[in-house]
Amino acid sequence: MNSAQLLLAAPEIWVVAMAGVIAIVDLFLREERRGIIHLLAMLTVIFAAIITFRGGFLLDGVPTANAFADSFIRDAMGDVLKVFSFLLMGMIFIYSKYHLRNFNMFRSDFYTLSLEAMLGVMILISANSMLMIYLGLELVSLSVYALVAFDRESKRGSEAAMKYFVLGSVASGMLLYGMSMIYGATGSLLLPDIAEAIRVQGTDDILLVFGLVFVVVGIAFKFGVVPFHMWIPDVYEGAPPAVTLFISSVPKLAAFAMAYRFLSSGLGDLHIHWQGMLASLAVLSIILGNLAAIMQTNIKRMLAYSTISHMGFVMLGLLPGTAFGYGAAMYYVIVYGIMSVASFGMIILLSSRGVEAENLEDFKGLNQRNPFYAAIMALVMFSMAGIPPMVGFFAKLMVLKAVIEAGLLWLAVTAVVFAVIGAFYYLRLIKYMYFDDPEHEMPITAPVDFGAALTLNGAMILGLGIFSSSLITICMTSFGL
Amino acid sequence: MNGTMNGILLSILIWLPILGAVAVMVAGNQRPALAKGLALLIASATFILGLPLFFSFDTSTAAMQFVEQRVWIETFNINYTLGVDGFSAPLILLTMFFGVLVVIAGWRSIEKNVSQYMAAFLVMEGLMIGVFSALDALLFYVFFEAMLIPMFLVIGIWGGPRRVYATIKFFLYTFLGSVFMLIGLIYLYIQSGTWDILAWHEMPLGLTAQKWLFVGFLAAFAVKIPMFPVHTWLPDAHVEAPTGGSVILAAIMLKIGGYGFIRFSLPITPDASAALDWLVIALSLIAVVYIGFVALAQQDMKKLIAYSSISHMGFVTLGLFIAFAIYRKTGGVSGAALGVEGAMMQMISHGFISGALFLTVGVLYDRMHSRMIKDYGGVASTMPWFALFAVFFLMANSGLPGTSGFVGEFMVILSAFQANFWFAFLAAFTLILGAAYSLWLAKRVIFGAVVNREVENLQDINAREALVLGTLAVAILFFGLWPQPLVDMMQASVDNLLQHIIQSKVI
Repeated sequence: MNSAQLLLAAPEIWVVAMAGVIAIVDLFLREERRGIIHLLAMLTVIFAAIITFRGGFLLDGVPTANAFADSFIRDAMGDVLKVFSFLLMGMIFIYSKYHLRNFNMFRSDFYTLSLEAMLGVMILISANSMLMIYLGLELVSLSVYALVAFDRESKRGSEAAMKYFVLGSVASGMLLYGMSMIYGATGSLLLPDIAEAIRVQGTDDILLVFGLVFVVVGIAFKFGVVPFHMWIPDVYEGAPPAVTLFISSVPKLAAFAMAYRFLSSGLGDLHIHWQGMLASLAVLSIILGNLAAIMQTNIKRMLAYSTISHMGFVMLGLLPGTAFGYGAAMYYVIVYGIMSVASFGMIILLSSRGVEAENLEDFKGLNQRNPFYAAIMALVMFSMAGIPPMVGFFAKLMVLKAVIEAGLLWLAVTAVVFAVIGAFYYLRLIKYMYFDDPEHEMPITAPVDFGAALTLNGAMILGLGIFSSSLITICMTSFGL
Repeated sequence: MNGTMNGILLSILIWLPILGAVAVMVAGNQRPALAKGLALLIASATFILGLPLFFSFDTSTAAMQFVEQRVWIETFNINYTLGVDGFSAPLILLTMFFGVLVVIAGWRSIEKNVSQYMAAFLVMEGLMIGVFSALDALLFYVFFEAMLIPMFLVIGIWGGPRRVYATIKFFLYTFLGSVFMLIGLIYLYIQSGTWDILAWHEMPLGLTAQKWLFVGFLAAFAVKIPMFPVHTWLPDAHVEAPTGGSVILAAIMLKIGGYGFIRFSLPITPDASAALDWLVIALSLIAVVYIGFVALAQQDMKKLIAYSSISHMGFVTLGLFIAFAIYRKTGGVSGAALGVEGAMMQMISHGFISGALFLTVGVLYDRMHSRMIKDYGGVASTMPWFALFAVFFLMANSGLPGTSGFVGEFMVILSAFQANFWFAFLAAFTLILGAAYSLWLAKRVIFGAVVNREVENLQDINAREALVLGTLAVAILFFGLWPQPLVDMMQASVDNLLQHIIQSKVI
């Protein structure tokens, strides 16, 4: 192995080193100086982004490069996803600092675990072999299990972590089982070699298709699409909002990368088999997610079900198996990450010291308490509902185009009808904010960096909609369009 | 006006109110007086800047004017293309006109969150001008949908007791209709590789595809206009909306449905429109007659006017779709042109009249806080000036010759005779019905003995209200007596549209 290969993994190496540094520095810090940890973590993501940029893969024309016996891949798509992971992670750190401070949980473990989880996301994004996929997946999962139970006093947190751990382990087991079958059928762990083997031997191998089913289950669990969604509402509700922020955004980017690498790079020739599977997952998610969200009174559960339906839309982008579809799905997960982080940021903002804002009622009269933050939340909600000119609309538009182009008109019709039904619960939240009177006049205070991050987040939702060309182009060029 | 200015005029008209709304919200947050003043300034400036749409409009051509084109989303071939023709220019003028009036109308009656109220109307104005001037289908859809947001908030924040129900119903109905259109638009894009509406006008399409597209467009525009079975959101929305919201809803938003038929359904899917015209004609006649009876039975003034709006909009769809029947029967398009022109006239005139009627009810509501007919009676004896305007508007609503209400209806009925006697008979029926519910309303509210102490203590309209109502009265009278400028403006575009729709696009 030469140093050039090592350099390809420079962002990963930097992040893992910094996670270690943070863990050690914390040992020497007094309680009141712990802000340094936050600064270090912010520096980590900023420099990780810079290092990734310096790789040059984001620019047009740079070919992909492999390292570590081809099991690690750097390409434009991976780097775009990583940079957005860093961006989201930076926002998550800013939002969560406020929450952790308010709830006396401001400890360095949060930062180390989050960075480890992000490292897992990065590995998953760059994985080119089944082993690497599994490695990244487990790194994310184990860090997140611990993060969910981060609030030691919270029973709900422990319960959620337990549930997540048990279900996650089962899903990992299934994925591993599927991988072993694919390995048995093709004789390789590397995704390109698997693709080559399938091309040679044909797609009618029952072992291969059987393995594919389990792989799809593993991917579906990671996305949290119906019927592998059971953990999402409980985990979203039980975990501290600072952790839900993370779970609902960055790992979705990794899930997309994993699905793309596995299904397209590795099992692309089995498209005829997995298209139908993804279609049923997508339809079930969009239907169940939107219907169940209507019945929720807890905002975190409502957003959990909304995630499920959004991930259904991502499936819609994946299933045509076209470059445009992958680009659309990638655009959708990135956009969803931005919207999701903003919505949980708002929940943290409304939580006062020691009391979490959990119910839709907590948003009552927000427009009268603070019109500016109410407007940001309204932007987020309209965006999630898919109303132009917010960016959420363009995400839906791309995905629908991919689906219609593939001749699956019925899928598009189902999706939009349930998107309209889903609009109801987003509108209901806006109703609480704008049409109802506040129950108390407690002023909303937030640190400057929190306010700035939330403003930027809201501006992105509107700005990336009105000037949607940039992000769409970035996503499409990643797939050579 | 020089050429460079014309190239960005439409953009200015769209973005000046929208950016102005931000300024109003920021500057006027704690200072309602400033918010009102600024809003009035912006709305008036928009109106004055928009006058070249009338004065520099070239009536000899059906080509798009004031065209502006920029690349918006390159990878998707979406452009920011704006332009107006004889159909959209009058509607934009109408929008700008009402943009000023609603600001004045909300001057006293809005007390809560004044800056947000004014900002919402300015944003709505900009977006509606965008709808009428967009020549790129996706741009059109973006404006079409975005428009729902400010209206949703206006009804929900400043509306009546059942405002939440009404506004969510309004939003979801319209949203459901328009997503089907979105699928149709994406389909057309995949077929043609462009979002250019004018290119779609020329594009050949199979009959089955056309029929599905027609249904998609119908879903969007029938809800908006609204046509008979999907009209139920309108009375609720009107009753609960504040006066300004009702005015914009009736005067402008409903026209977007009619405009959509003209811009999309007729020229893009002419064969399907011809094949399914019986459906639209039947629904229009049901609206004209049945909804007219429903209006007769209303106890609530705003509801009555809302139903009257649905009934009158039935004329618009009738006028547009009898064109096919006339062409089949006579082989010529001159009778059809009369119908389409009548439909356009009806849209403009109904904009003035319905806006005026809702403002009239608003004047009463501001004083009495009741919209129920039974609470009134004998208003004429305490508010003589008001009564003068109210009776005039109600007369116009019933289609009195000399008012603009007469022109459009008369043209449509005249052209309906060429299609089928019974169409014309049923349509003419509405003249009787319209007169019945309008004049009966006048009798119960305006005339008769003073029924209670509240009516006795009513103050007549002040100068501000007189200005608003007077302007509208002049407009209604003007276009009733001399509709020629409007007809001239749309003549070339109407002929062009008819050339498009009589040509089969089936390959």
